[in-house]
Amino acid sequence: MYIIVVGGGKVGYYLAKELVEEGHEVLVMEKDPVKAERIAEELGDISLRGDGCEASIMEMAGFGRADMVIAVTGDDEDNLVVCQVAKAKFNVPRAVARINNPKNEEIFKKLGIDTTVSATAAILAQIEQELPTHPLIPLLTLKGGGLEIVEVKVPENSAVVGKRISDILLPQQSLIALIVDEDGVPRVPKSDTVVRAGDELMAVTRTENEDALRSVLTAHATFGPYGPIDSQGR
Amino acid sequence: MKVVIMGCGRVGADLAATLDQEGHEVTVLDANPDAFRRLRPEFGGQRHVGTGIDQDVLARIGVGEADAFVAVTQGDNRNVMAAQMAKHIFGVPRVVCRIYDPIREEIYHGLGLETISPTKVGARLIKEALEREPVTRGGGE
Repeated sequence: MYIIVVGGGKVGYYLAKELVEEGHEVLVMEKDPVKAERIAEELGDISLRGDGCEASIMEMAGFGRADMVIAVTGDDEDNLVVCQVAKAKFNVPRAVARINNPKNEEIFKKLGIDTTVSATAAILAQIEQELPTHPLIPLLTLKGGGLEIVEVKVPENSAVVGKRISDILLPQQSLIALIVDEDGVPRVPKSDTVVRAGDELMAVTRTENEDALRSVLTAHATFGPYGPIDSQGR
Repeated sequence: MKVVIMGCGRVGADLAATLDQEGHEVTVLDANPDAFRRLRPEFGGQRHVGTGIDQDVLARIGVGEADAFVAVTQGDNRNVMAAQMAKHIFGVPRVVCRIYDPIREEIYHGLGLETISPTKVGARLIKEALEREPVTRGGGE
């Protein structure tokens, strides 16, 4: 396969090295002459100095015959443009982008980038699994309907402490299915069940409502749903 | 009309002043707080510090309720990304994006963005000026 890697930092360097070892034809594009030189010295003549977003340079690099483009610069906006131009102008069959801000995954997917990789999201997922006190832990994805089962531990200062289930306004298509109290006693909640601090709630929600559900169940009683708000609205 | 302008450079600040004077509700966003010095003291709109390629920032400054979004930072790719977020995530009805690179401008125009390439426009205006008959030769100051 002919694979073009855009961005010759640490990720790009080690990625290119592995791909070369696997026998692929690899080209690394890197703006910084020092980094481009280093790649050439250590991996052979596979680096091209230049801006991977500049169409004329992309043409020179052979984007037109590339089987795959992998954009791994440190800037999400550059990775997005590399992949979009690769697909729109050069018809590259597969484009993979590194994402630094995990929230950017949504826009990349919407704009047709097949695969996104986020180190931040991967580390976050690891932490979520290992720290039981993290506000919201995805337990299971129910694939068909885009539903998820999540676990939420109710913080002491949460606005829902002391409220009855029927008085909590949940996001659409969300429900609290099970409550396990601090002594580990499970209860199936009824409408008049009162939520207490430290309760663990198992809830079903739509994937896109995960954040909203988290806000409802964990937001501080004295603040807005997204935490403290300062005078400038930030 | 509620307008969000990302990038408070010369163009951003000038556009902000004009729209503000005409009575529009203007919000200016720039990653560098010093950039707001370009706004005139009488500018009555909002200023926010932050990057426009962050969904949370765009939500916070109210892009979801904006009638128009203008991306005029120095970075073509930043403009392209923010403009597409405004359009596809926040559903802003009018989105205008500046792209210096004429090739990238054509590509994104083809992908349905409303784009302006100052490079192309500038070159065309200069060419037209050169081709025009000089009107005031010898008569001016």
